Amino acid sequence: MSAQAQPVQPGRFRLSASRRRRDRFARTAILAATLVALLPLALIIYYLLHKGLSAWSSSFFTTDPTGNTFFKSSSIGGIKSAILGTIEIVALAAAISIPVGVGVAVWLVEYGRHSRLASLVRFFIDVLTGVPSIVFGLFIYIVLIVGTGTTYAGYKGSLALALLMLPIVTRSAEVILQLVPTTLRESALALGAPRWRVVSRIVLPTAFSGLVTGVLLAIARAAGETAPLLFTAGATLKTNTDLGGFTNSLPLQIYYDVTQPTTAVVNRAWGAALTLVIMIGALNLIARLVARRSRLA
Amino acid sequence: MTVGGRSVLERPPLARLPDRALRYGLTALALAILALIVYFFIRLVGQARPAFAKEGVFGFVFGNDWNVSAEHFGALPLVVGTLITSGLALAMGVPIAVATALYITELCPLRLRGAMTVLVELLAAVPSVVYGLWGFFFLAPKLKGAEQWVADRLSFIPFVGGGNVIIPNYFVTGLVLAIMILPIVSAISREVMATVPDDQKEAALGLGATRWEMIRTAVLPYCRSGIVGGSMLGLGRALGETIAVTILIGDAPQLGKHLFQQGYTLAAVIANEFGEAQGLHRSALFAAALVLFVLTLVVNGIARGFVVRASRPGGGGAAAGAARSPGPSGPLVAEATSQP
Amino acid sequence: MTADGHPSRIADVEPDELADKLEQAPASVRSGSRIAAATHGQPAGANETELSTHKGLTVRLQGLRAFYGSTEAVKGVDLDFNANEVTAIIGPSGCGKSTMVRCINRMHEEVAGARAEGRVLLDETDIYGGGVDVVAVRRAIGMVFQKPNPFPTMSIFENVASGLRLSSPSRGRHAKAALHAKVEQALRSAGLWDEVSDRLSEPGAGLSGGQQQRLCIARSLAVDPDVILMDEPCSALDPIATLKIEELIGRLKARVTIVIVTHNMQQAARVADRTAFVLDGRLVEIGPTLQLFTTPTDSRTEEYVTGKFG
Repeated sequence: MSAQAQPVQPGRFRLSASRRRRDRFARTAILAATLVALLPLALIIYYLLHKGLSAWSSSFFTTDPTGNTFFKSSSIGGIKSAILGTIEIVALAAAISIPVGVGVAVWLVEYGRHSRLASLVRFFIDVLTGVPSIVFGLFIYIVLIVGTGTTYAGYKGSLALALLMLPIVTRSAEVILQLVPTTLRESALALGAPRWRVVSRIVLPTAFSGLVTGVLLAIARAAGETAPLLFTAGATLKTNTDLGGFTNSLPLQIYYDVTQPTTAVVNRAWGAALTLVIMIGALNLIARLVARRSRLA
Repeated sequence: MTVGGRSVLERPPLARLPDRALRYGLTALALAILALIVYFFIRLVGQARPAFAKEGVFGFVFGNDWNVSAEHFGALPLVVGTLITSGLALAMGVPIAVATALYITELCPLRLRGAMTVLVELLAAVPSVVYGLWGFFFLAPKLKGAEQWVADRLSFIPFVGGGNVIIPNYFVTGLVLAIMILPIVSAISREVMATVPDDQKEAALGLGATRWEMIRTAVLPYCRSGIVGGSMLGLGRALGETIAVTILIGDAPQLGKHLFQQGYTLAAVIANEFGEAQGLHRSALFAAALVLFVLTLVVNGIARGFVVRASRPGGGGAAAGAARSPGPSGPLVAEATSQP
Repeated sequence: MTADGHPSRIADVEPDELADKLEQAPASVRSGSRIAAATHGQPAGANETELSTHKGLTVRLQGLRAFYGSTEAVKGVDLDFNANEVTAIIGPSGCGKSTMVRCINRMHEEVAGARAEGRVLLDETDIYGGGVDVVAVRRAIGMVFQKPNPFPTMSIFENVASGLRLSSPSRGRHAKAALHAKVEQALRSAGLWDEVSDRLSEPGAGLSGGQQQRLCIARSLAVDPDVILMDEPCSALDPIATLKIEELIGRLKARVTIVIVTHNMQQAARVADRTAFVLDGRLVEIGPTLQLFTTPTDSRTEEYVTGKFG
């Protein structure tokens, strides 16, 4: 008499093959898509390094572009004016937009709160975020160049960038300030502190690293913008420390170099691009590090 | 200050001054900003008026002829071009972005999650001019062969097939735009997916669902509004993108004839022609800017509507916060870079 | 002690006397003897003589009504807080006791859409009267909150000094020395000096929960208030820390009037001279604590203290 055990019915505890197949396929597809998303990043970084580094040299950073696009590489110059120009223009834009942006955010959180005026201001700031960046440049052009009959200037580019940065700074500052616990404000008020001291001694210091993060990210954003500068900052090659005159900048330099026929100029564009990406990357990195030290959220 | 029988609970007027000053000063600042923004739009409309007067608003938007020399400005080719490039960006970018979000939140090993997030967001740190540079010198030539192959194989499909492939063209532009909107769509999708309640996911898994089935039944439906909202924000970004598009699209102001040929967009025409534009031409460019802006405004408005809906209970609470740029630097980065 | 010499706090009663008193109480209240049993054995707070001869002031609420928008949270309350006494306010959640207390230092109006009507007299002055500055009121009437919240960006020293610095920053070396003296005095009064004197420059947030709350009390004390309001100050703390703070309250009443909101009836029995029972925005009953818990006059009070609701 055979005492064989009954075999377990196949499929009772096992997943159907087609479901398993579908699951595996979907998971692979998702992973593949993610890698596809990262592929351009790898390619861009590779190209930036490959072509950009080869353009780098000591003279690259210390000489101005010569505007010379037809002759040998040695006479096309570097990007000194572009680097300095970007730093100058963005610094001024930051100096304008940060106090204003943080100020409006402080008003929204501490004084305006849920009032109708505050809702209106918030709405318009939101609207400002949706403006295509070139339109900021157009506005400054109309008001400050055509309107005053004067010509391009570095500070006008800064103003266009400041307009671009304003909603970014305001919005991120508002979010950070709202994260400061109400009980902290109440404790300070309950000690008999006037509101302005509560804001300046308690709220702002507590929110500080969050604010710095938001500001750094806005600066990183502005540094990479080309369109607002097209019709405001003026195209020039010389290093210019006076923002009242034409001022070069990295994005502009790259933009103009892209369409030049000379390979050397195009290589310079890559070198400039690498420089710009490194600058922006550094700002982002610092912003991230600062965010980690934040006492909020 | 501490004498009993207190009768003086006052502060000298001088001490009250800073409080007043701060309050009124900041209120004035907020009002000034409000006035500035309103003035901004008034000037814009004012500059655009002559063009609208000549062509009529409808005539301008739907007129199919952008002819500078004849001073006739119908922006339809530009509008269509803008829509084509942005549509391509959405079609290619959103699925990939959602996939990366899914991967990071559902499938990725925990230790890699941070690194993956940073990598995706690094895409947002690349300035648009560099995207244009890279697209023009690397991507476009590399893809030309493949594009020609597709055009030849699919010659029976209008718009895609047949004809000669010119680079750069709509397709490359759309592709680069897709890469550019990846970070924001991914960031918002990630935020929404992170808010899916664990018990819903566990319920699906507990019923014996595979991972993918769980995603399909518990995660994706929950996040639908948020993902749509994020996509629309990405669309807004794509619509307004100027520099990369200008480099890549060429300057052919004709109604988009072919995927693999040159075209034009509203933003690109402004960048290319504004420098030398005079009079009516300049006004037409302002009108184009206005049209572009209204388009972006509408899209962003709808986007926020979706995102707000996603933030209602049962819809992914962090979505609204994500679009308004909340705490950790992730969405902050994405939001800061979401402006076209 | 009440005016006729009877002990007002259960903790002041001799054990055998307590048993007698409970004998006389109605049966329904006797079950509240768990209160007495729980609290007996607590030493009455010894009165420490402080460096300052500061005395507290009386606070009188007259017809106080408080609103959040159109909702009335406090519906006409007349209540006296005697000087240099600890008065507890008890009641079920949401009865308006916190709101009432926040009206005393005019914190209530900081909430958007909130307002108050009626009079609140500090000694003889109506703090809601014209010409009275809200900021000055808060220097005279301090507040300790439910969750300890030392300022995160400041050290222990700076936290205690913050009240002084925020209201009137000091300048010069002479002022600095005076500041140090005040900080030390405040920390001693709060019973925290011995524990932190060697680490005054460390962050305030690095202390334990109970120490943080005593730090907050020191912070309030440093500005020399006449009254200190405490809104459930121990609800976030462990029993040992709670005990320390209750002892502290017993010592502090010599120099300030204390109003303490608590949902813990045992705590009220331990620390308070008088207790008020608030229900649904109205004052139901107030009296010496022992009397309120053992022989309440209002049936609602009796139901609450015996645990029938709330």
